This record gives sequence, structure tokens and C-alpha cells, in this order.
Amino acid sequence: MAENATVWEVFIQSKNGLAHKHAGNVHADDKVMALENARELYTRRNEGSCIWVVKSEYIISSETEDSEAFFDPSNDKMYRHPTFYTMPEGSKHI
Amino acid sequence: MNEIKFQERIDAEKKIEPKDWMPDAYRKHLIRQISQHAHSEIIGMQPEGNWITRAPSLRAKMILLAKVQDEAGHGLYLYSACETLGISREELVKQLHDGKAKYSSIFNYPTLSWADMGAVGWLVDGAAIVNQVSLQRTSYGPYSRGMVKICKEESFHQRQGYEIMAEMAKGTPEQKAMAQDALNRFWWPSIMMFGPQDSDSPRTGNAMKWKIKRQTNDDLRQDFINKTVGQAELIGLTIPDTDLKWNAERGSYDFGEMDWDEFWSVVNGNGPCNKQRLAHHKKAHDEGKWVRDAAKAHAKKQEVVAN
Repeated sequence: MAENATVWEVFIQSKNGLAHKHAGNVHADDKVMALENARELYTRRNEGSCIWVVKSEYIISSETEDSEAFFDPSNDKMYRHPTFYTMPEGSKHI
Repeated sequence: MNEIKFQERIDAEKKIEPKDWMPDAYRKHLIRQISQHAHSEIIGMQPEGNWITRAPSLRAKMILLAKVQDEAGHGLYLYSACETLGISREELVKQLHDGKAKYSSIFNYPTLSWADMGAVGWLVDGAAIVNQVSLQRTSYGPYSRGMVKICKEESFHQRQGYEIMAEMAKGTPEQKAMAQDALNRFWWPSIMMFGPQDSDSPRTGNAMKWKIKRQTNDDLRQDFINKTVGQAELIGLTIPDTDLKWNAERGSYDFGEMDWDEFWSVVNGNGPCNKQRLAHHKKAHDEGKWVRDAAKAHAKKQEVVAN
């Protein structure tokens, strides 16, 4: 039996000006085929204005199990949020 | 320890992702269920593909083509989800060909008339939707996301089927008889799509505990029957079950005994079309080999040019 084709992750921009969002993946042997397969599989109902495909092997992911430690540095920095600050009574447009 | 933590995450309604630790039996259960689901989408293209060249109008033909193409897409979403559990697409297809993996028995029944396209869309897709809506809340992330996508696309399938039935039911007496005949043949296999009764479903316990399934076979079946009876009445067709009647106390329809001997006989390979469905899949797969080989050779050639 033939070995698996390469797996590509698919990112779709739904409208001009918006960010590309992960939609899923496709199997394909080269990049043109990957784009065409992604179009057939993920945009049959006008879901996209642009598609990115990238080989799955190039995606690096953080570990869900370590997420607490990994994201810990941002936990105690509430001063990064605007609600942290006390504004003088009656101040406007700020 | 791992197992306790895992169950805590499940109980807290957290999704399990591919790289997370999971019990072996959870992984195995998912591979079996998702691959069976994927194979059903793919094999399910055959009974409908059977009518593409004979659709009664251009409109009907275009719709049927789009529907069959959707089924292919749904199969691919599901294979993708299944592959995240560490099994390859090739292995999945091999298990189907070897008879190790099953697909929904409903597709082992023949589609004899155009009205069957109505019955399949209305009842078979209708039953699948009830199941898939429930599975949107399954605990395995990739499976859940696949279900969300599928549910979005699937409702047109059921509506186009019901439209066919409604039109035939108000057509000539012969057309109405065809619609009724299709309903007669597809009703019982459709409600058996939800699987054995809970009392005979040994795997339901774990599947519910792990929140792979969110409702039992019997609950889903009842939900489908409650939804469908009124639809049949509205278009003047009769569900072929003399025991079917509203039970005000339960707020549900009571219904007759299902023929589980027939169900298991079809599951075990003795339905009207089991051999034909599998043989056709193998043939298409084998005959497509040169295309896969050519795509690989072409990709290789481009790499050489690029370097």
C-alpha cells in the first residue's frame, strides 16, 4: 500500500482584511494540489477569499499539559489591563 | 493518577486534544467510532451516486451531486480527526477493506427508485443529524470540531430529501405510492441506525463516562422518532408501525419492536448490498492507484527542478 501523502494544515481568510483562521488539514503531494484540495474541502460555500497551506510538520505547538507554567509569566501582571487603573471621578474620553 | 486527572478534565467539560494523555481504551474507542463514522460517509456516497445519472431534472441532479460531494468532504473531516489519534489514512482504509472496521448498516440497503433519494435524505440524513448534533459536545476536540462543521452543512441534505418526499406525496397516485414504499423500506433500518437498545449496548457505559457519547442510543432514537412523525403526517405518508402512538405521560411516541435479528445479520455482512459496497470501494481505490502514484512522481520532479 502506498505511504501516506503529506499532511498540510489549512488556514482560511473568510473576508479581505480579516486574519487567516485554522480550518483543518488535507492530504496532498505538492503545494498546488494542497491548495486545490483545501479549496474543494473547506470552501464549497464561499467560506474563503484566501487560503494558506503549510506542511503540518512545520507547526510547533506548546504542550497543553504545561500550559499553566508556560503562560504563568502573564498571570500576575494585571497592570497590563486598562481596568487596573483608577481614573479621577468625572474623567471622560479615556 | 493520570486516569484520575483525565476523568476530572472530562467531568469539568474540558476537551481532550491529540497530544493530551488519554487512556488506551479511550483512544481505541474513538478510533473505532470515528473511523466507522468516516467510512459511513464514504460508503454512503454509493446508494446516492447510483441516481446521479438518472435524476429527474437538472436541478435534482446538481443538488444530488453537491450532496454526494459533501459526503466525501465529511468523510475527509472525519479521517483527519481519526488520524490525530495516531493511525494513518492507509491503515483506516485497509481496516475497511479487511472487514475489521464497519460502516453504518443502512448503506447496505439498495436504492430502488427516485423516491429512495427522498427517503435517504429525509430519514437517513435526519437520523445522522440527530446523532451528530449530540456529538458536537463529544469530549475529543478534533471530533467535536468536525461535527460542528458537518452539522452546518448537513441540514440541506435532510431538507432536500423531505422536499422530494413532499412533492412525490402530492403527485400522481403512482408517485405517492413510490414515496410510501420508500418510507416503508427505510423506516426501520433508519431507526436502527442509532444502534442496539441501551440494555444490549455493552460499550455505552464507558462512552458515556468519557463523554464520547452524550446521549444513549435509545434517547437519540426517541428524539428522532418524535421529530419525524409529524413530518410524515404533514405530507400524508404513513409510518409503517402499527404500535406507533403518542404517549402523553412520557411526552413521546411509543413505537413497535425492532427486528434485531435482521439488524445483526446486516451488520455481519448479510445485507442486500454488503458485498457490492465493499467491492466497489476496493475497485475505485485500486483503479485510483495510478493517480496517486502520478501525483507523487510529479511532486518529486518539481523538487528536483526547484533544487
